Amino acid sequence: MDKQKLEYLQSKALDIRKLTVEMIGRLGVGHIGGALSIVDLLTVLYYDMANVTPQSPKDPNRDRIVMSKGHAGPALYSVLADKGYFPIEEIKTLNKPGTNLPSHCDMNKTVGIDMTAGSLGQGLSCAIGMALAGKIDKKDYKVFCILGDGESQEGQVWEALMYAGNMRLDNLVIFIDNNGMQIDGMTSDINSIEPLDEKSKAFNLHTQRINGHDIQAIENAVKCAINTKDKCSLIVLDTIKGYGVDWVSSKGFGCHSMSISEEQWREFCGKEND
Amino acid sequence: MTDNMEMREIYCQSLIEEAKTNDKIVVVEADLMNCIKTGPFKKAYPDRFFNVGIAEANMIGVSAGLATCGKIPFCSSFGTFATRRCYDQIFISVAYSKQNVKIVGTDPGICAEINGGTHMPLEDMGIMRNIPHMLCVEPTDSAMLKALMPQIIAYDGAAYIRLQRKKAETVFDEKDTFDLFKAKTVSQGKDATIIASGIMVSKAIEASKTLKDMGYDVGVVNTFTWKPIDEKAIIDCAKNSGAIVVAENHNIRNGLFSAVAEVIVANCPVPMESVAVMDEFGEVGKMPYLAERFSLRAEDIVEKTLKAIKRK
Repeated sequence: MDKQKLEYLQSKALDIRKLTVEMIGRLGVGHIGGALSIVDLLTVLYYDMANVTPQSPKDPNRDRIVMSKGHAGPALYSVLADKGYFPIEEIKTLNKPGTNLPSHCDMNKTVGIDMTAGSLGQGLSCAIGMALAGKIDKKDYKVFCILGDGESQEGQVWEALMYAGNMRLDNLVIFIDNNGMQIDGMTSDINSIEPLDEKSKAFNLHTQRINGHDIQAIENAVKCAINTKDKCSLIVLDTIKGYGVDWVSSKGFGCHSMSISEEQWREFCGKEND
Repeated sequence: MTDNMEMREIYCQSLIEEAKTNDKIVVVEADLMNCIKTGPFKKAYPDRFFNVGIAEANMIGVSAGLATCGKIPFCSSFGTFATRRCYDQIFISVAYSKQNVKIVGTDPGICAEINGGTHMPLEDMGIMRNIPHMLCVEPTDSAMLKALMPQIIAYDGAAYIRLQRKKAETVFDEKDTFDLFKAKTVSQGKDATIIASGIMVSKAIEASKTLKDMGYDVGVVNTFTWKPIDEKAIIDCAKNSGAIVVAENHNIRNGLFSAVAEVIVANCPVPMESVAVMDEFGEVGKMPYLAERFSLRAEDIVEKTLKAIKRK
């Protein structure tokens, strides 16, 4: 990636973080930690790697992006709003009555969302179905599925990983946002899912493990996954919950869902007033 | 003729036949292909058949994902595992997400026979009809199943099909016509109406004959679609006969009795009696034993009908 593109994507990631903080900040409370940890991946996918466009959000040939960790909805809504899937003003409606932007991703409410999620552990199975449909129809779209590390304690995730590996779905790329935290504490203290990369390899998945906040590393890994034939890919993203906003990440696992004051979000976003 | 065919044979044949002109139809199994006999579909359309192994939650999710891309997945398992084992996946990935997935649960109620209580779905229709907008159907025999399959495929929405796997008692013939959303009136009666589904339909007909010999004029209506239920047919039964008996191979709780009562209570209250499993778990045994054990015989319908008539 040339320097100009890298700087563009890094700057875009910062924009998305600001929009996410503003969206949740205007409401006053929300799932900020796990939204911020996945922003860099979303930036690489939506602004560089994925074949998606707001002009045709239902294009049957588009790439699919399944946010299985549905509580990261606000990060995804920020990307979609910034790209023009819906008016950016809508971010002020998060979780308000009648909104199109609910806490958890809803494909029937938000333009650009490919799968409903929220009850954890279900998205990967759905992503596999999309990948199988692509194989049946001989389409060359890709399916990207984003799981949380805490989410991966759900048994269905492992049913699905086993099947994805055995079916050699090379049109499916799975990401695990490995921020190490869940509602009740550190994932390693509660029910560790490590060693993630070894488990992934044992499930017959092409496995990479990278710094999930390194834009260049993410792009390289996604390219490598896309170019890997006859194997489904899994990329472990080692991330920091609340990354990019010190007063969020410093809360540790307490930042899964937290209150945000108007002063905090306005200062971070550089918006003194509307 | 379909008379001598098992329900599962009709099911698979219908899918194969419809799939000739409908390339959206796909089949997703969870290691019961050899029980539900969808092997011929796999042979005919190997690219449109998937077996996820013993992983019902994944089966439902994979089906939902296929449906987002325009496919019409038919996924199946024993009724217990096709519903309560993966209820949240059905609720969220299929129903809440508005995906066109058809879920087939076999061996309803006491039809599970020697697989016993662990495999005996007496609550499947109850929990499935609790999911908003879920179509819930229990085809009665092979002729009806054959007629309904194209309608179920054409229905754009999530559906649960409660399916006897083996040979069902013949009630209808191929000349009969069926509308997925209309109850089938077998006979009309002035003294009471037995509203029945599944294996209880033939028993209801037998009971009505016994009652006729006793001097009572009792009708039989088959509400094979439990949801959305044919409200007009139920109201007509209540108005014309003044007493209702509901006969189902299911727990009384939230089953067909509940569905019919919801209509009756709101529109034209009349005495109602139930022939159903009375809030119990299933158990192992052959059908005659189980029918007696849970009071699901024709004579039980006769007894409850006389009781309903007496209450008029």
